[in-house]
Amino acid sequence: MTDKNSSQNLASIAEVEDAKLAGSDAAPLSQGKLVFKRFMRHKPAMISSVILIVVILVAITSIGIGGIPGWWPIDYKKTSISVDGGAPSAEHWFGQDDLGRDYFGLVMSGTQASLIIAFLVGITGTVLGTLLGALAGYFRGWVDAVIMRIADIFFVVPLLLIAAIIAKGASGFINSPWFLGIMLGVVSWAGLARLVRAQVLSLREREYVDAARAMGASSWRIILKHLIPNAIGTVLVNATLAIAAAVLLETALSFLGFGVRPPNSSLGLLISDYQNSFTTRPWLFWWPGLMILIVALSVNFIGDGLRDAFDPRQGGRIKRRNLIAAGLMGPSAVDVPSAADRAAAGAADPVERTGSASLLEAVEVQDAVEESKQQPDGDSSPPGGRHASGADPDTDPESGPDNEGQRS
Amino acid sequence: MLQFILRRLGVSVLVLLLASVMVYFLTTISGDPLAGLREQANDPKIATQMNARIQNLDLNTPWFIRYLKWLGGAAACVYGQCNLGVDITGNQVLDSLGAAASSTLRLVLISVIAAAIIGIFVGVVTAIRQYSDMDYLVTFVAFVLFSLPSFWAAVLLKEYAGINYNNWIANPQFTVPQIVVSALVIGVLAQLCMGGGLKRRLLTFVIAAAAVGIALPYFTWLRFWQFPQMGPAVVAIVCLAVAVFATHVTVGIKTKQVLYPSLAMAALVLVVYYAGWGMLSEPNWWILAAGLVLAFAVPWIVGHFVGGRYKTQAIGAGIAVTVVGGFLTIVDHLFVTWPSFVAMKPRPISTIGSNTPNFNGTFWQTFLDNGTQLLLPTVLLTVISVASYSRYTRAAMIDVQSQDYIRTARSKGLPERTVVLRHAFRNAMIPIVTIVAMDFAALIGGAVITEQVFGWKGMGALFQTGLKNVDPNPIMAFVLVTGGIAVLFNLLADVIYALVDPRIRV
Repeated sequence: MTDKNSSQNLASIAEVEDAKLAGSDAAPLSQGKLVFKRFMRHKPAMISSVILIVVILVAITSIGIGGIPGWWPIDYKKTSISVDGGAPSAEHWFGQDDLGRDYFGLVMSGTQASLIIAFLVGITGTVLGTLLGALAGYFRGWVDAVIMRIADIFFVVPLLLIAAIIAKGASGFINSPWFLGIMLGVVSWAGLARLVRAQVLSLREREYVDAARAMGASSWRIILKHLIPNAIGTVLVNATLAIAAAVLLETALSFLGFGVRPPNSSLGLLISDYQNSFTTRPWLFWWPGLMILIVALSVNFIGDGLRDAFDPRQGGRIKRRNLIAAGLMGPSAVDVPSAADRAAAGAADPVERTGSASLLEAVEVQDAVEESKQQPDGDSSPPGGRHASGADPDTDPESGPDNEGQRS
Repeated sequence: MLQFILRRLGVSVLVLLLASVMVYFLTTISGDPLAGLREQANDPKIATQMNARIQNLDLNTPWFIRYLKWLGGAAACVYGQCNLGVDITGNQVLDSLGAAASSTLRLVLISVIAAAIIGIFVGVVTAIRQYSDMDYLVTFVAFVLFSLPSFWAAVLLKEYAGINYNNWIANPQFTVPQIVVSALVIGVLAQLCMGGGLKRRLLTFVIAAAAVGIALPYFTWLRFWQFPQMGPAVVAIVCLAVAVFATHVTVGIKTKQVLYPSLAMAALVLVVYYAGWGMLSEPNWWILAAGLVLAFAVPWIVGHFVGGRYKTQAIGAGIAVTVVGGFLTIVDHLFVTWPSFVAMKPRPISTIGSNTPNFNGTFWQTFLDNGTQLLLPTVLLTVISVASYSRYTRAAMIDVQSQDYIRTARSKGLPERTVVLRHAFRNAMIPIVTIVAMDFAALIGGAVITEQVFGWKGMGALFQTGLKNVDPNPIMAFVLVTGGIAVLFNLLADVIYALVDPRIRV
């Protein structure tokens, strides 16, 4: 079969698709809407979103933020007499600590600090990782070499170690959760940078990038307007998982004594302070730990839902049949040859028709293979970032993406 | 290949150098090492302390000169003249590093091996039974484990697995509600794992619950918890079962070239169990190491000559039998030692430290002592890694199962076990090898927290006190060990890669 023929057949299939779209009543959905709809269907993610929003709202409104008072009546900094050994009661929901301070307020202030740090780490790390990864992938050459060798440092030295050193310096310098969050974000970009780089390496060879370049777009414009928006799935999913990892990182550092310092509070600090009162006042130990678990778990589930939403091919939880029923996906044109198809295919005999179908399939499979290479944590791989380097089997700087980019 | 390895090594050394410069610099600016002493600087005693500290940390020279000095000392390790500098109190870092590294590496190594075996198994099973109840259950548990703050879980583990067990072992009894609840829970879990229709689920539930409900009082009546025992019968039955099972999953039970050598290995294990009992009652590490070598060598030789065209499978099945048999033999010796061990150490599961001070016992008693000290931190590290390994394996298996060659294998009529084990599993292992290898260095980082909670004097303590005192040399020693291991394992992963995947020949 000649190239001309196959491209004709492809065109005919495209026309069939167009005709079908034009014929259907449903308004076409944008990419964003599609993703949102799929996300809404992911039950664990939806439940987790609600829980996370509730936790954030309660943590902010109960004790107030930045001097604005909240609805919780008791000042958690004030010591008083502990009632009933400080056990949880109607007045003190989470009980009181050994100094008689209200534990609900303490836990909420810790949650606030931990959330602030986690989101700052997530945002800073994501912005840096996306930019550096895109730069490395777009410019290649020595820019790539320098950025990726720096990223490799975080693979050789465990993240916890660098984070502890940075956190100790940062909290000794300016004792504020905001500063600590940004500083921790500065060291947690390496994993995302690798993923974005791998994706940009293949995206930059696409026709639309050539087209943009031919029309005189600058490198910055191509990176910001064409490459990063097309890698947004990877970026968003990993940003979510980075937030979950950051909650655990911050609490672990505070527990070790390198993170948040008094008078500020954090969930890790609370656990570290009260771990010895486990036998006498177990609630002092349970509440902060449960808060960490709830926040990290719900963020992880949201990340899982986002991943399935952005990559429906791998997310098997939503069955294809349901999607078709919901009108999100039409039955494929190849399966249902319509009148228009026959007309367009014209003289093409059945053998060539099958030829074109298998060609389409081949293209799809190749895409899938490429994507699975770029995004090794597919459907069900774990939320990344628990261990500094675990997330990414594609870290090998010599093989894989490099060669792939040059080949295509 | 050699050239490839050398190039990779060169890049890795460069990255290690960069990392060491960065860590050294960041540590030196992370605080003031003299902060605690400055307030009383007028006191002559404090002043001499301060001078000593300045001397030890060499504070009068700029940081990059100090770094170069350290680098010179560390580079000398290549020809055996290691000098990793002194810490803040003037002790040689190299001395403390040896003990610290050995205890931490022991912990991490056992955890990684256990986690890889369990995690890969769970991952393969959940991938085969995708979207079953068990898959959802495992997924949920894995997510909880990811989100679990390890230091918090460690305290819970200490409380419930350590202290409560120690209280219980003094007078091991189960109350009726305890038996009923555990029977119900295990019954529910069993039916979730087995799946199937309503009838089958009910049957599984009843059988599992009844088994637990009978076993718990029976073992208590046997006084199994105080005087555990297994005996040759159990060893023999388990070895036979492993032989049959290994043959069944690799080539099918009818293949005599695999079945007979595996059964022969099971018989051999039993012979060794009896003949070696006296020697193994007072063994040393050499005997155990020799046993391990034999456990691999004998099945290899036998399988090689008997296996015929199923050579590889015969060797594999034989090794499975001997390894399980050897393990059971050791466990039986530990069981026999257990009562005397509990008499020496009435609260067996320790929550603090890596070995009991002043513990003098026989080989197996010391082994049990180290084992019970290791138990809780190992369980913690293992459980967390199992979560991620099982997810990675599941993802890799599902990815592979949708490949064309799997469809080809099925359509040409291969049995399902061959498709799963030889076509899917082997290909899915390629990314897992890398992940496990890379995880090793990261786990040493994670061990910092675990060691802190369990009071181990390992690398974690080295790092933590180093950072608290703004003392770069111990931290650099930590970086040297983790970095060296990361580079080594990455290289190893590349080599295994090339061995596993014939497409990657460099």
